[in-house]
Amino acid sequence: MNYGIVSQEQLEQIDTILSDKLIKLGVDCVIIIDMAGNIITAKDSGGSKYDVYSFAALAAGNFATVDAMAKLVGEAEFSLLFHKGQDSNIHFSKIDDELLLISMFGKEISLGFLRLNVVEAIEQIRKVWEGTQN
Amino acid sequence: MSFINLKDKVVQVKIVYYGPGRCGKTTNLEYVNRKFRDQIQSEMVSLKTHGDRTLFFDFLPFDMGKIKGYDIKIQLYTVPGQVKYNATRKLVLKGVDGVVFVADAMEKQREKNIRSLNQLHENLQAYKESIFKLPLVIQYNKVDLKDHGVPILPTAVLRKDLNSRLKVPDFEASAVTGYNVAATLKKIISSTVVSIQNKLL
Repeated sequence: MNYGIVSQEQLEQIDTILSDKLIKLGVDCVIIIDMAGNIITAKDSGGSKYDVYSFAALAAGNFATVDAMAKLVGEAEFSLLFHKGQDSNIHFSKIDDELLLISMFGKEISLGFLRLNVVEAIEQIRKVWEGTQN
Repeated sequence: MSFINLKDKVVQVKIVYYGPGRCGKTTNLEYVNRKFRDQIQSEMVSLKTHGDRTLFFDFLPFDMGKIKGYDIKIQLYTVPGQVKYNATRKLVLKGVDGVVFVADAMEKQREKNIRSLNQLHENLQAYKESIFKLPLVIQYNKVDLKDHGVPILPTAVLRKDLNSRLKVPDFEASAVTGYNVAATLKKIISSTVVSIQNKLL
């Protein structure tokens, strides 16, 4: 059995990246989960009241389903996923095989702008995360 | 893989209720959800078909309090029991820390229990886990049916079928009435938490 343990320092680094890259942009809530549905970290802008634990379980299931669909059509993976609503949207992006970054944001942020920032955040998080695996 | 957050001091523990179709996995969770409502902050999530069969999973998170300063968050999942949904069952088992195998005590379900347990063994192997090492509790559900004249298997037979090699803690239970539902849950939580502690120390 493997246990994922991330040091306090690494988590703080990841939290800082999420704050700088996404929360400051106006994203309501950012969650990093693993594919088993565990929450690695969650950050919000203060105003949101989401049930992040149920959200993580459903998001992991959702992503696993999409992954299975990708295999059916001959794709290695669909690395990102976007749900659009009237007032809020959800963007899922794979960090690596184990981790998923989820951003929940309103209509004041454009998807393109969010995606640019998500890509940058993911690159930085990968570097921090790789440090935990060694 | 339970996830341990050293910053917020939170341990997330994943426990999966596994078993053949219509054996009472969801009913177990529904009972827990009703009975321990005060300790459960969020709603139970059920992904089911119109016919009330579990399509993907049920999810019920609750807080167990603190151990050595760490908040223990227990996350209960069920798998869909129907034979055709094995791909989904496998997905739900990812990162599991402890399993409750719910067997159906009805006589006509005897073979289905055995098949389901064998499949659990195979599915765990796919994640390089062993059914002999992972914390496991077996529950012989629906014992209340005896009082309604439905033929059920004696516990000795169920035990011989399912638990003769595993030798894990087992309980007769009735998820509908709540008999031994909490006892099963307590047992799997304690075995799982002890196993996580042992791995870490």
